[in-house]
Amino acid sequence: MNLFVLLKMVPDTVEELNVAPDSPALDAEFLRFKLSDPGEQALEQALLLKEKHGGTVTVVALDAPEVDEVLFTALAKGATRAVKIGGDWSRLQSFAAGQILAAFLKAAGSALSADALVLLRSQAIDDLEGEIGPYLADELGVPYADVVTGVTVTGNSMSIIKEFAGGLRGEFTLPLPAVLGIQSAEKPPRYVPIAKVRAALKSAKIETVDVAPPARLARFALERMYKPEAGGRAQMLEGSPEAVADKLVEVLVQQGLI
Amino acid sequence: MSDAILVLAEHLRGEISEITYAMLGAGRNLAKALNAPLYAVLLGSDLAPLAARLGAADKVFLVENPQLNLASAGTAAALLKELMAQQQVGLVLVGGTNVSMGIGSVLSVRTGLPFVNFCKKISWDGALTCTSQLFGGKILADVKLTDGRGVISIYPGSFPAEAGKSEAAPTTVKLELPVAASTVLFKRYIEPEAGDIDITKQNVLVAVGRGIQSQANVALAEELAQALGGAVCASRPVIDQGWLPLSRQVGKSGMTVKPRLYLALGISGAPEHWEGMQGSQLIIAVNTDPKAPIFDGAHYGVCGDALELVPALAEKIKAKKGAA
Ligand SMILES: Cc1cc2nc3c(=O)[nH]c(=O)nc-3n(C[C@H](O)[C@H](O)[C@H](O)COP(=O)(O)OP(=O)(O)OC[C@H]3O[C@@H](n4cnc5c(N)ncnc54)[C@H](O)[C@@H]3O)c2cc1C
Repeated sequence: MNLFVLLKMVPDTVEELNVAPDSPALDAEFLRFKLSDPGEQALEQALLLKEKHGGTVTVVALDAPEVDEVLFTALAKGATRAVKIGGDWSRLQSFAAGQILAAFLKAAGSALSADALVLLRSQAIDDLEGEIGPYLADELGVPYADVVTGVTVTGNSMSIIKEFAGGLRGEFTLPLPAVLGIQSAEKPPRYVPIAKVRAALKSAKIETVDVAPPARLARFALERMYKPEAGGRAQMLEGSPEAVADKLVEVLVQQGLI
Repeated sequence: MSDAILVLAEHLRGEISEITYAMLGAGRNLAKALNAPLYAVLLGSDLAPLAARLGAADKVFLVENPQLNLASAGTAAALLKELMAQQQVGLVLVGGTNVSMGIGSVLSVRTGLPFVNFCKKISWDGALTCTSQLFGGKILADVKLTDGRGVISIYPGSFPAEAGKSEAAPTTVKLELPVAASTVLFKRYIEPEAGDIDITKQNVLVAVGRGIQSQANVALAEELAQALGGAVCASRPVIDQGWLPLSRQVGKSGMTVKPRLYLALGISGAPEHWEGMQGSQLIIAVNTDPKAPIFDGAHYGVCGDALELVPALAEKIKAKKGAA
């Protein structure tokens, strides 16, 4: 199969996020970036499909801080090719991102071959213009399915599992080529030892390509970005683990839970 | 009078989804502010009984066609575009749910209208301001739609569903609209995996998140749950790692739970998780990050390492129970 995985870097929310003083954007100074969770799942699903059906996995990312490390990690995990699309994409939103990636995939030609499948996140934590998949699929003129947690390919068509809610899922069929918004891979993302990533760093390379940026990177301007006011803030219990455990037991007794 | 506001009424397996009422409630407020009519549209088959529950809308359009049950985003969007033109609709509300998520995006491409995701508040002061939550609820962003036109994805749990429920019988209008054939075809439902334990029936849930760090540590939570007479459930990353079965997932795609006690260990409180446990009677959260969003909704919070606290807590509970 001719598999493409589109990866997005997002700010690591384990770090504190601050809003820049002069513009409605995150303060870049303290940001640490990581691959978005569903992006990692999309990569795993592509690697599983390659193992089963053979072919190539091309990982593609827009330039962003720390993206090289993520691309090398993908190569160490078994991706065939890594491509970085150069440019300043810090203000980019889903619609324009869909246009850029479609332009890249069309130029790559093989992206729309009969055995091509594009996998990417269903939705990242900062996709303010929504999922990118529908924009990309529309631009490429191929079908799209989202919140996907399983993919079975048979010849030129596939069956996918989509999550609804409450554990309910649905099976759908669609033809290849297609775009899939992945929620979870069929297996947990594989672990790759750091030594293998280092080896990839030495032996493999990231191709850099340029794509003309669209006229507008986002379809609307943000008015304001800010932190939510702490709502009904929790009553915080403080002290050593022992002391806190005592206080919690007290709460549980009061509530008739023990 | 302004262009109409349209709610894409979501339904699944013969039931109107909760998000539909939330959207109708939000839509009613907007309709009043903008002096615009509020419409709802149902796509699929056997729609009449569903339409009867949408009395909060001024008019309900029914597009009956079996191909529209769980229609692909492309098919649904093409049809909505047609409807918008025919009925002078300027603003569309869709559910930010797994079922409806993609439809709004495609509709926005086809109509050239902006699409605003993750919306949890809408206000009108001559322009429409949508407040969206980003980065797992850690940041809010305001977007202005100056002409009041666009497609807005309403975040579940942000608008009260009660406001969109009405006993009134709505005016219903059947529409014949062309349905584009789709290559994405619905085959069947896959029922929730019957787990060893039904977490929706538990009085006490000890929930573990990514902060629990390893499968081995899940056993610590099991022990605590046992001491409390409850069960262990989890956020998505824990399930994706395969540390617990899918039947234990709480949240948007998982179960909705309302236990008497929800003890969240190493869970940040992302909106998709919050959706599934906000109805819990008592929420206690343990997290190393003092700014974790979970503390904004929990009743009690502990800023600290769950791995240190949990064994101590399990011991004390056992001792207390033994003494009682
Ligand atoms: C369409 C869609 C559907 C989704 N459905 C669901 C769903 O059904 N359920 C769900 O849960 N999520 C769902 N998600 C994912 C959701 O957005 C979040 O990514 C997820 O809930 C985060 O899980 P978490 O809190 O465990 O992890 P994180 O957000 O990574 O948080 C881990 C937390 O642990 C804390 N921590 C770290 N170490 C410790 C320690 N030693 N002691 C205490 N605290 C510690 C950290 O401070 C952090 O706050 C969905 C997302 C999408 C897009």
